[in-house]
Amino acid sequence: MKVSLFITCLVDQLWSSVGTSCVEVLRRAGCEVEFDERQTCCGQPAFNTGYRDEARQVAKRFIEIFEASTADAIVSPSGSCTAMVHHFPELFGEDPQWLERARSVGSRTYEFSSFLIRVLKVEDVGATWNGRLTWHDACHGLRDLNIKSEPRRLIRNVRGAEFVEIENAESCCGFGGTFSVKYPEISVAILDQKIEAIERAGVEAVVSGDASCLMQIGGRLSRKGSGIRVMHLAELLNHR
Amino acid sequence: MTRMSTETFSENAKAALRDAQLRGALRHATTLFGRKRREAAASVSNWEELRNEARAIKDEVLSQLDRYLETFVTNAEKRGAKIHWARDAAEANDIICQLTLAHGARNVVKSKSMTTEEIHLNTALERAGMQVVETDLGEYIIQLAGEIPSHIIAPAIHKTKRQIAELFTTELGMPPTDDVNALTSTARATLRQRFAAADIGISGVNFGIAETGTIVIVENEGNIRLTTSLPRTHIAVMGIEKLLPRFADLDIFFKLLPRSAAGQALSTYQSFITGTKRNASDEGPDELHILLLDNGRSRMLAHPVTRQSLACIRCGACLNACPVYQQVGGHAYGSVYPGPIGSVITPQLIGIQKAAQLPYASSLCGACREVCPVKIDIPRLLLHLRSEISRTQRSGRARERLAFKFWAFAMMRPWVYETTARVGRGFQRWFKSPLKAWTNARDLRPIEAESFREQWRRTR
Repeated sequence: MKVSLFITCLVDQLWSSVGTSCVEVLRRAGCEVEFDERQTCCGQPAFNTGYRDEARQVAKRFIEIFEASTADAIVSPSGSCTAMVHHFPELFGEDPQWLERARSVGSRTYEFSSFLIRVLKVEDVGATWNGRLTWHDACHGLRDLNIKSEPRRLIRNVRGAEFVEIENAESCCGFGGTFSVKYPEISVAILDQKIEAIERAGVEAVVSGDASCLMQIGGRLSRKGSGIRVMHLAELLNHR
Repeated sequence: MTRMSTETFSENAKAALRDAQLRGALRHATTLFGRKRREAAASVSNWEELRNEARAIKDEVLSQLDRYLETFVTNAEKRGAKIHWARDAAEANDIICQLTLAHGARNVVKSKSMTTEEIHLNTALERAGMQVVETDLGEYIIQLAGEIPSHIIAPAIHKTKRQIAELFTTELGMPPTDDVNALTSTARATLRQRFAAADIGISGVNFGIAETGTIVIVENEGNIRLTTSLPRTHIAVMGIEKLLPRFADLDIFFKLLPRSAAGQALSTYQSFITGTKRNASDEGPDELHILLLDNGRSRMLAHPVTRQSLACIRCGACLNACPVYQQVGGHAYGSVYPGPIGSVITPQLIGIQKAAQLPYASSLCGACREVCPVKIDIPRLLLHLRSEISRTQRSGRARERLAFKFWAFAMMRPWVYETTARVGRGFQRWFKSPLKAWTNARDLRPIEAESFREQWRRTR
């Protein structure tokens, strides 16, 4: 199966190992992986802050680039950015042509863990990681894309990993894009409830499907001098 | 206590975050409400189906609201109710004050009603010389404290038992105690006297049934029963969106509302009021006045995106589920309607200029949408309002606007995107102060020495 990687600007610039891990895992699962270097961002920062014209402009460019691809699927290591691509039609309410193009690209775009489970039907990618870990449900993956069991099934098949649930796995980490800097105090107050549960769980690592949440959680853990590390699911699945 | 404003949300929130007592009370209450709601919803096998049906009924009403209002009014009048229409809060308050004055009333008892809070009816009535008493325990507590509700269904959710005991000692002269039963029986005894002396009872409305002209009110304390049956005159204040087409529709809403609100299978009291008493010898008020309030609702109705704001049945579930509300509580929003649905409704009621901070007071996590019994897509509405704000509010947003102009310029051109990132990579060590909002409490992940695309080029 041919896969076009939508890497997201965040992973591209701030967490490249998530991208390289994605490539490795997808190849190991039998995919041919392509990466179109013209891609930049999906437009979510502008869309979520209320700048629809700017978001539309960037979304159109995204659609043009990815609809030209002959790949069977567009795969992204982010539930949030994948959800944004699925939201594209909201930007083209009065433009039937673009609406159709947006829908068509959206229907081919998958978040990493759901692509492995739902499309490739792969549950075990042969990863090994020794230690106790937990999972944080990133909001947009969970609530916009309905991704819940997929990452858990993949994690349970990682050899050596002891998976524990925290009681607030589904609660927001407080990131919320520009929310995290518009209302930093609230953002961190929300985050601290998450951190509390993570610390109580006695884990060595927190795994999630979105680099943005991991930046938020990891940024606080490291500020507090905690030894708990944050890891993207792709990194975990690429660990051998 | 000074009343907080929607325009100072950021400061209000910071103050709330420093209030350990408030946060303790909030954490306890929202966790409890959340858990009870989850369990109550899980006890109904077709919960999702019910949500869809409820929303479909609300959509049906909202798509032909004029027709349903006419039917409701005709049927209510047939049974002896007197109908009043109010375009806005001022008109509503005028009508109600004139009614009370015309009846020579002095004492007014009120049952819990968000709509009357919305129009600040108590202030207007007191100005007209009325003695107004809130008879819902939570509302009574905040009335004594001179505050506004901090939650749609639990107005005093922000107060601890100790704070309430202290309030009762200073306001009602009761000896200090932390015995909840002693506190409630003192309130009960005081309120019973007020009921007996009341000339007029004012209530809200949960549902208006178009086919029968019935108003339906749900509650747990019995004070609404008393408010609507003891005084000679009953005034019901009702938002025009509260209609349901058929009596049978209540079946669905009675399953959804109490479960979503308080995790109850059914509220303790359901009152159905259809017109006035049939015979002079019957018990109950002589007069029933129903005031239909617009106050910005027809404006919400007119827009295809904002229309769904009117489907809200005021259960408060989105407040309990919201991570922001859980941290800062209701007062920080500076509005009668707090939390996610408040951030949607308030800007539409008082104007987005005055409440421009509220639509951004959300991480867009979607927990509100997940629990909403009528499936209002609150995040989508918040995004719509944000776009309205950035489109219409120019002042104070010049920097943000410019930033997104440049952002779009860069994202449209991979070479600008990459060059900007490279420059950022080289200079990020000196680029500290603009990032303070992040770095005050969190470490910032630096831009990588080699981006993913650079590695891709190098290795494929």
